[in-house]
Amino acid sequence: MQTINFLLVGVGGQGVLMASNILASVGMMAGYDVKKSEIHGMSQRGGNVSSHVRWGEAVFSPIIPDAETDFLLAFEAMEALRYLPMLKRASVLLVDRHRIVPVTVTGGSAEYPAYEAIESVLRQVSDNFRWVDGADMAAAMGNSRVANIITLGLLSTYLNVADDVWKDAIARRVPKKFTELNFRAWEAGRALRRESAAVLMPAG
Amino acid sequence: MTDKRRKDLLSGNEAIARGAWAAGVTFASGYPGTPSTEILENFARYPGIYAEWAPNEKVALDAAIGAAYAGRRALATMKHVGVNVAADALFYAAMTGAEAGLVVISADDPQMHSSQNEQDNRNYAKFARIPCLDPADSQEAHDMMPAAFDISEQFDTPVLVRPTTRISHSFTPVEFLDERLEIAPRVKKFPKTPQKYVMVPANARHRHPVIEDRIRALAAYAETSPLNRVEWRDTELGIVTGSVAYQHAREVFPNASILKLGMSYPLPMQMIADFARRVKRLIVLEELDPFFEEHIRLAGIPVEGKSIFPLCGEFTPTVVRNAAVEAGLLSAEQFVAPPETPRAMPDVPVRPPVLCPGCPHRGGFWAIKKLHLPVNGDIGCYTLGVVEPLNAIDTAGCMGAGIGVAHGAGKASGKKHVAVIGDSTFFHTGLPALANVAYNNSPVITVIMDNRVTAMTGDQPNPGSGQNLMGETAPRLELEPLVRALGIKHVKRVDAYDEKTVEDTLKAFKKLDEPSVLITERPCALLPEVRKTYLPLEVKADECDGCGVCLRTGCPALMKSADIHAESGRAKVEIDPTLCTGCDLCAQVCPSDAILFRVQMEESAHALPV
Repeated sequence: MQTINFLLVGVGGQGVLMASNILASVGMMAGYDVKKSEIHGMSQRGGNVSSHVRWGEAVFSPIIPDAETDFLLAFEAMEALRYLPMLKRASVLLVDRHRIVPVTVTGGSAEYPAYEAIESVLRQVSDNFRWVDGADMAAAMGNSRVANIITLGLLSTYLNVADDVWKDAIARRVPKKFTELNFRAWEAGRALRRESAAVLMPAG
Repeated sequence: MTDKRRKDLLSGNEAIARGAWAAGVTFASGYPGTPSTEILENFARYPGIYAEWAPNEKVALDAAIGAAYAGRRALATMKHVGVNVAADALFYAAMTGAEAGLVVISADDPQMHSSQNEQDNRNYAKFARIPCLDPADSQEAHDMMPAAFDISEQFDTPVLVRPTTRISHSFTPVEFLDERLEIAPRVKKFPKTPQKYVMVPANARHRHPVIEDRIRALAAYAETSPLNRVEWRDTELGIVTGSVAYQHAREVFPNASILKLGMSYPLPMQMIADFARRVKRLIVLEELDPFFEEHIRLAGIPVEGKSIFPLCGEFTPTVVRNAAVEAGLLSAEQFVAPPETPRAMPDVPVRPPVLCPGCPHRGGFWAIKKLHLPVNGDIGCYTLGVVEPLNAIDTAGCMGAGIGVAHGAGKASGKKHVAVIGDSTFFHTGLPALANVAYNNSPVITVIMDNRVTAMTGDQPNPGSGQNLMGETAPRLELEPLVRALGIKHVKRVDAYDEKTVEDTLKAFKKLDEPSVLITERPCALLPEVRKTYLPLEVKADECDGCGVCLRTGCPALMKSADIHAESGRAKVEIDPTLCTGCDLCAQVCPSDAILFRVQMEESAHALPV
């Protein structure tokens, strides 16, 4: 099989790493070789964060090559724009509308791009762009921290992996008292359903 | 196969910790530093071991050397630049060897994700005549630990293990046995063999030929060690590689033959020569220095490396691929090109690293700027005092450098300088520099920003924290008596959140012709006990005229609102309640008293009907 490449991006504190840990576990439990790479460092809080997750028969580099991202999960709207060279026409882009305004914008030295501009650029790059209201849905569920799990639920509709595997991976990674909430978030995301144009991976 | 065999997804650092535990390590010491920190944090959780944070890497390595002299397998962990600090210890340990295995982890940082340089520490192995192992994923990081200890004991040498950021912080599957080697101490009594362990010149002269013989024996070992292997595929192209570059080689050149070096020093020159003979074109794929390449060239073997691939920065499949296409090794048509920049691409605002909301360092820089003196900074969160809008630091080089630089610059120019250093960095290497300031009577103003932890790497405890790595209560190193004992007369401790006193103290120190030390005290705002006290402040919208003074503190919790002040036409400020901790700095600097102080917030909360 071809390696499947997931690029998860957002802002420090949004649960990018938690989501990528779950996704890596799902891949491993589903029987794939898995690699996951992230960078810690100077951006403890408020910096942009990205995590590469790769599933395959044998995965070598922990870093996704340019133009080989199959799924981009952006937990913050404009963050999706930072990774254009990594995308291709068939990339599925799941982009949360949530905005976290950086200090450069509050300080007045930069401007936050409009939703229309973000969408227009991403649609020029990929045939499978989609806004996700993960942050809003999570807030309505009473805990904005589960936005990342909602997006994972939506992602699961594009992948050939059994529900149990997802739930098992989630249960292993989230604190016990939040397991039920995270299951509900995942199911809410799953209920959003795949857009028919996109392919189910791995095929067959 | 027993039921104890398990498989899990581990980071390189978790795998190193597990491997060290499995190898029977009982003693580990280190100093936090990205990307090495999680090794010791994880190791400390295993049963039957002792682990500690030392004040600096040299102390950590000396301690590990002592444990190995005493016959216990010992580990020292640090980041690449930490080895510079520990180098003196590394070189004598290379001369003496030890009674039990001694492994030094040097976590290198190609790309400088969180470092001041990208030195390639394979050079230390050659320099000190010791072997170096380079893991290429978490499985190897795990498996190389028992191997490293065996080599250390078989050849009586310290062993350097050199993960890089992409190994330490990547997660890959690891199969392991959930059990450890129980190793009896290799000596009953501390060795009394001064000819081996006392490096006076007469003994050292006898040891030098011993270590030269040792490195030759290790080179012979490298020829047959399973750490090095050849993978035969197409022989048109042969690649010598190791570490994470091996993974990129497999990704980008799936058909090439590969000589994979798990032991990056000393090199198996016969193995390399044989490999070179059997491939049509030989290249080296290695991050940073042309370390393999130079050895291979010296042996008279034609090879290309840095003429194709970059010397600076880390490799990615894309970097390797583009360089290979440029050199004619691959054709561009094999790859999908990245998308062209779309029309009307908006600028994407940067998210620069900033001091956290409530960071106790922020107010210190606010006050220091008002002195209009050159400021010599140091390594820690407070290095972020350099960024907009604070712009408060003029130099920062390495751990503990600021005080020394301030002293030298001040003495040479006759000007007054300010040195800024955190508590952990002060314990690390700032202390001897401050002794120099006192001893040579330098009018430097030293500001020690004491937040009680090593914050930059994730709030590890240090000698000032009152707690150690094993989670036990520890004596708290008190800064004021320590500084006074150095002979500095002008010492003041101030609450870091008390902006006026911080400013007044600094202004008074500026007039002095003698050394002075201001200690600003407040725990890191990310500590769990501090998080419990967060209380978001509020702006009194009718008082705020949008002057923007508070925004110049660079606090991420402050932003311009949609509410415009009628007379000035400027946007009023609002406070993000999810970010504000209630440190009061903005309320203190506001010229219009338009921000409610924490006490006012508390009062209004109490005034609410229950």
